[in-house]
Amino acid sequence: MEIVFFLSAAVKAGTCLLYATLGEIISEKVGHLNLGVEGMMQIGAVIGFIAGFTSGNPYIAVLCAALAGAAGAMIYGFLTVSLKSNQVVTGLALTIFGIGFAAFFGKAFVGKKVPEAITIFFQPVKLPFLGDIPFIGNIFFNQSVYVYFSYFLVIMVYIYLYKTKWGLNTRMIGENPVAADASGIPVDRYKYFNIAICGALCGLGGAFLSLVYISIFPVNVVGGRGWIAVALVIFAMWNPGKAMLGAYFFGAMDIASFWLQTYNFPVSIYFFNALPYLATVFVLVFTSMRKHKNKKEPAWLGKNYFKEDR
Amino acid sequence: MIHVIKKDVPKTRDKILIRVAAVVAALLVSSIIVIFADANPINLYIGIIQGCFGNLHRFAATIQIMVPLLVLSLGVMVAFKMRFWNIGAEGQFLMGAIGASLVVRIFPNLPLPMMILTMAVFSFLFGAMWLLIPAFFKAKYGTNETLFTLMMNYIALTIVTALQYDFWKDPGAKGMPKIANFPANALLPSMSGFNLSIVFAIILVILACFFINYSKIGFEITVLGESENTARYLGINVTKTIIIAALISGGLCGLVGMFQTAGISGALSVGITGGLGFTAIIVAWLSGLKVPFIVLNSFVFAVLLQGGSYIQTAFQIPGSVAEMIQAIILFFILESEFALHYRFVSDKETREVA
Repeated sequence: MEIVFFLSAAVKAGTCLLYATLGEIISEKVGHLNLGVEGMMQIGAVIGFIAGFTSGNPYIAVLCAALAGAAGAMIYGFLTVSLKSNQVVTGLALTIFGIGFAAFFGKAFVGKKVPEAITIFFQPVKLPFLGDIPFIGNIFFNQSVYVYFSYFLVIMVYIYLYKTKWGLNTRMIGENPVAADASGIPVDRYKYFNIAICGALCGLGGAFLSLVYISIFPVNVVGGRGWIAVALVIFAMWNPGKAMLGAYFFGAMDIASFWLQTYNFPVSIYFFNALPYLATVFVLVFTSMRKHKNKKEPAWLGKNYFKEDR
Repeated sequence: MIHVIKKDVPKTRDKILIRVAAVVAALLVSSIIVIFADANPINLYIGIIQGCFGNLHRFAATIQIMVPLLVLSLGVMVAFKMRFWNIGAEGQFLMGAIGASLVVRIFPNLPLPMMILTMAVFSFLFGAMWLLIPAFFKAKYGTNETLFTLMMNYIALTIVTALQYDFWKDPGAKGMPKIANFPANALLPSMSGFNLSIVFAIILVILACFFINYSKIGFEITVLGESENTARYLGINVTKTIIIAALISGGLCGLVGMFQTAGISGALSVGITGGLGFTAIIVAWLSGLKVPFIVLNSFVFAVLLQGGSYIQTAFQIPGSVAEMIQAIILFFILESEFALHYRFVSDKETREVA
């Protein structure tokens, strides 16, 4: 039974990563490497907590977190899409901003508890039928509604990217904005839309931490998970389904170190902390070594598109 | 409709004016945020200035932040010149610090000059090695170096964590997870807060100027950054150039690990970088990868960082304010880049020109 307990905790730990990773996939698919994930998660976490703490309403808390994340992303979007500034530098600046923002506005709330109404709202709920499946039911279907929404999002992001015209256009812009522009796709509008969605999802990922994962607001709630999400996008090879598996795998690594200590496991716990990054490096090297184009990063990832240069 | 077109090369006067305007605008926006937090922005800015120049001790602290930032930016600049996006300065910094600590552990009794020299060599090699791995895969398979170097930062961080909490934990620290301090013969000599790393930095600035502008390899790096095809046409060995540039870039960042352990903290620890590796990327980029501007901008950022930590202790204002101001200034300067190189025209104007 203990393995079920462990895996269910892994799903919970991976959920914040899953939100942010889905967001970053959408952004990278349109060719924008946004290294501000950590910053947007920080902004979402702190705004989500403040909104939840003052209103006591879970819907308002989540909505504010998503909007705040999207607002942060729009700074990045405005600078990189309209003003063509370097994506790496702008993303790093957004991360610095987000960390500063969260530390500044969150300071008054450190040590405060999540309101009871919200805690109850996000309590694990066992789903009928699905929750009764042996083993799997207890791992996946005895979770918070916030976790269930992430399952739904994985499907939505998959449909958006691969089954709709908008997704097709998005992927085309990421691969070749020149051709996309020539065929009449409004490139900048798509970029803004995708970047804003990325910000909203990162904001939701951050708010998951501050509203569900912890019960007392700490000094630095995100604590570098944004960078793991950036790694996870590569690990998942820009695929929403694999992002889900990867998120739970990385989530498991996150809590493995605590669990294995109690069993006196012979491997150093620090190995588990490095594993997400090591695994990502292997995936990165491995994908670049083979020629499958659809399993690589989008061709224009990190490059800005300037119409007049065509 | 409004269009965006490229401008001619901007005049120096315009450049300065637009930059100053950007900083002023950024400070105005920051003031609004500060007022929100019930603080007086004017006092805050005065506090930042006082924290950096108030007395010799504080000024020394500013310079000692500037030095690592400057050398890291120089290192990053070498790679960026080649359009090799080394965002792993943070990791190379940590590896360099490990290199320096390793020297202290293996040869604890070297005399001071020998010790400094050996530490410098080791920290350089460790930093270089850390960038060599992504550079090798970039040269051989075209592996995306931005993402690779980013991951290497966190692998380096876990190595340092493992050393601090486990393998190199000081048994004399009463259970505190810390690595033993360097002995006196491994600390950079200092005078009223200014230490030897400043001399290193001055030499490195001169070398970097020479290297980029007058050396053959510097030329090859610049050409390769402009166009890989041109480089191949000129008979430049692309793989070799990438590897050499990576060694220099990573090595310089690694060297900072020695400055910081032997000069400031006196021991290796996880918090040693203070995010300077990331700030350096921004400094190098905003300076247009030009050495004189890197010197200037690393000073400006050092002022903000030192001022930020000062107002935290002096006014009880969270130091995160300085971080936010720093980011807002960045946003505005990035916007000013646009104002320098592009301008808006309406359809009507375009037709008139045509």
